[in-house]
Amino acid sequence: MTANKIAETAITQNAEAVVSHGPHISIKAETLFELFGFPVTNSLLTSWIVVFLLVLLALSYNRNRFVTSLLNLILKPIYSLFAGVFGDKIEVFFPLVMTYFLYILSLNWLGLLPGVGTILLKVHDESIPLLRAGTADLNTTLAFGFMSIFMVQYYAVRYLGWGKYLKKFFNFANPIKAFVGLLEVVSEFSKAISFSFRLFGNIFAGEVLLTVIAFLVPVLASFPFLLFEFFVGFIQALVFAMLSSIFISVAIADHGH
Amino acid sequence: MEIEGVKMLATALAIGLGAIGPAIGIGMIGSKAVEALGRNPEAESSITTNMILAIAFAEAVAIYALVVALIIKFT
Repeated sequence: MTANKIAETAITQNAEAVVSHGPHISIKAETLFELFGFPVTNSLLTSWIVVFLLVLLALSYNRNRFVTSLLNLILKPIYSLFAGVFGDKIEVFFPLVMTYFLYILSLNWLGLLPGVGTILLKVHDESIPLLRAGTADLNTTLAFGFMSIFMVQYYAVRYLGWGKYLKKFFNFANPIKAFVGLLEVVSEFSKAISFSFRLFGNIFAGEVLLTVIAFLVPVLASFPFLLFEFFVGFIQALVFAMLSSIFISVAIADHGH
Repeated sequence: MEIEGVKMLATALAIGLGAIGPAIGIGMIGSKAVEALGRNPEAESSITTNMILAIAFAEAVAIYALVVALIIKFT
């Protein structure tokens, strides 16, 4: 048997092994190592990298002319978009919603780079990817969702005061208002859950789609889907920031009696 | 029926049935957006932004179904 033949058989066997098992997809982020008893997952590692990059970017703003003008180019259209929601309160809320947007956008897009999800690491006789998109982990997106809703409550209390804020949820003037208050409490939690599942579902579904397409057609076919995933990552980051800003502006609006 | 077969069936049903509603919704959003564009072509940019936002919300429902289907498939 020539070397070529051997290599060919090895490739066929390899392909058969892959076919029999199908592509490896894990719905939860895998633990890389433990730090002080806390598991550090591959999604968490990617989030740390993103935080590091964003801090670098923030530090070089106003020091490097190229970075400054590039960031201004990105920030300006989004500023005018949010200004349409907040009106004259935009100065207060823009840093918060822009942080949501930039952080989620970086997490979504970093997960699409080559090497993320394909560089494998052997941990306890199991090969797991070293990096994984930060938002492709439900823990990350749950944290985002609950934090966003917490900020909505915080600003509602700050702008309306405790009295008016609590009156929305606990109003015993008549039975209907009491029931509506109960529904409001439930709706705040369902907003957070819906936030997190929307983001997680979109990004994780994108990863599964890319894996399955690359598994079915190994060459070139996944390229249009990759472009589509960049678009989806941008839209989901925008939707998260936009919804947060709409919830905040509804919550701080004073319904005069 | 053995458990694997039921799982496959449940996966297909979850995403198949879950995609019906969002599909109708996205179709309606698109048709209305085009209608609005025909009436007022100058408002193209704001119509597009709002249309994409609304589509993202309708699509989220399909994504919930997809998450359920993936959870059934991979656990």
